Amino acid sequence: MISKATLELVSVTKRFGSTIAVDGIDLKIPSGSYCCLLGPSGCGKTSTLRMIAGHESVTSGDILVGANNVTDLPPAGRNTAMMFQSYALFPHLSVLDNVAFALKMRGVEKDERHTEARKLLALVDMQAYEQRLPAQLSGGQQQRVALARALITKPQILLLDEPLSALDPFLRLRMRAELKRLQRELGITFIHVTHGQDEAMALADLVVLMNAGKIEQQGSPRDIFNHPKTEFVAKFIGGHAVIRAGDETLAVRNDRLILNAPSAGVSGDFIAGTITEVEYQGTFIRVSIAGEGGTDLAAELSETDFDQTGYGVGDRVFVTWNAANAHALGAHPFATVSTAGAA
Amino acid sequence: MTKDRNSLIAWLQAGPMMLVFSAFFLLPLVFVTIVSAWDYNEYEMLPALSFRGYTDTFEGCIAQLPDLCTILKTYAKTVKLCFLTWAITLTIGFTIAYFLAFHVRSKTWQIVLSLLCTIPFWTSNVIRMVAWVPLLGRNGLVNQGLIDLGLIKVPLEWLLFSEFSVVLAFVHLFTFFMVVPIFNSMIRIDPKLIEAAYDAGATGFQTLVNIIIPLAKPGIVIGSIFVITIVMGDFVTIGVMGGQQIASAGKIIETRLNALQFPAAAANAVILLGITIVIISALTRLVDIRKEL
Repeated sequence: MISKATLELVSVTKRFGSTIAVDGIDLKIPSGSYCCLLGPSGCGKTSTLRMIAGHESVTSGDILVGANNVTDLPPAGRNTAMMFQSYALFPHLSVLDNVAFALKMRGVEKDERHTEARKLLALVDMQAYEQRLPAQLSGGQQQRVALARALITKPQILLLDEPLSALDPFLRLRMRAELKRLQRELGITFIHVTHGQDEAMALADLVVLMNAGKIEQQGSPRDIFNHPKTEFVAKFIGGHAVIRAGDETLAVRNDRLILNAPSAGVSGDFIAGTITEVEYQGTFIRVSIAGEGGTDLAAELSETDFDQTGYGVGDRVFVTWNAANAHALGAHPFATVSTAGAA
Repeated sequence: MTKDRNSLIAWLQAGPMMLVFSAFFLLPLVFVTIVSAWDYNEYEMLPALSFRGYTDTFEGCIAQLPDLCTILKTYAKTVKLCFLTWAITLTIGFTIAYFLAFHVRSKTWQIVLSLLCTIPFWTSNVIRMVAWVPLLGRNGLVNQGLIDLGLIKVPLEWLLFSEFSVVLAFVHLFTFFMVVPIFNSMIRIDPKLIEAAYDAGATGFQTLVNIIIPLAKPGIVIGSIFVITIVMGDFVTIGVMGGQQIASAGKIIETRLNALQFPAAAANAVILLGITIVIISALTRLVDIRKEL
């Protein structure tokens, strides 16, 4: 039904005056994939999305959709559609007319465009609300309408600017699942901007982690979580202990840290510290440790493991890790087995 | 119990405004309406129900149909001048407001340029009108300029003391009353909506018609009410710029007042009020219908 196309960015740069928002990024997003542009605010992810959408001019570089160079085309000529952060529904138009808007602009007859709009409202389960005005809808309902409105032009690529940020946590989880389902059913590319790593992890086939206008790392969520290339990635993605060992920086997943009683004796690298907090989290137990060298850690232990040790707040522990679970960060990406000390 | 208290508080809060409104608007209006039905002779009004003010005003009008009698012609002319002024101030006002709201990006410049629009209001109405005379007169700047350029041989007579000069002065005086409310509703339009329309493939003109005009509608209606009510009741501008040669609804009332025929003046005021209300309700109806489409 819908043709598919790869999206490619070739050294795309965006300058606002003297500041560089996006710094020569190269990116290839396969058709039909769910891609999350992830990063802290001001990292250039929204500018990147807006350049793909055609709402921001490109300072230099090219944007390709399939074989077409769309760099200088208007938004409607790119086979993309955008869903705006605050949804930007037209407040004076009914739900039905909001969804049918793009078809009206193309001069499609009223009956035809309303029939088409009703199909999309059915897709997002909003048929019952077609005569309502946006102000009469809840946040989640507005989002569904915004989705339907963006999809009516049958875009190859749907661009979503922080689509879940305006929702409460419960609704966010529900809509997250819904987005993924829609993407799977439609088989088109979704590019989703977010600053929430959990969102990106749950949704994406491809996570593109950005920092200061550059792509810090890209890959599948599992790849990024298990092989963070830089300290920034390890810290942003969370769940990692960043440890300095000699002149190297290591990342170890919090659930791969091993706690040892000082009496047991350890060989190789370790961090000595004092337990400051023990939090029961249901599926695991988080043990916060104030390291003696100034590094604070948060080891995650399974309930069984924790019960075997019987640690409590104030206990002194030596934290160690398996060399295979430690990844050197910074200048040596993917140097997974090198000098990680202890065994 | 608490409900009674709440409604009492609500009444008390609305009270002052209700009092002011009744004392200075409703009450005078009731008096005018009562007086309009009174009888009168050459020098005083007689408190007796007669409707002479109305019958005298339209004396002979029915007999004269289908030709319009003087009074009907005057009202027709007032409505025509009002319509012209409204159409022109709306076009210019909308354009200026659009420029200020969507093309001037910085808040500071928006404020500076809005203040610039108020400069004409630093002098009185009359001075602003009189200032047109040396410009538009038979030997005025405009005529001289056109003659010097060789575009015309004889001075244009219709520049001053004509309907042209009256409408020109109205537009000059009242465009700002359109700019402010329209600008006010335009700056409330989320720029994201315009981006969303662009994303949906709307051209600039389509965005204007489908998004900006409907959303600026409250401002357009308020501005229109300002301009229409002022122009319908005006007699000063029409007097000065029309060289006291053009009759208007306002001038009828003035003339009657000067002749101390208060019931006749009141009758004309009531008629004028009626016409103005009809125009404005037609206008709001028109705009609301457009919204339904």
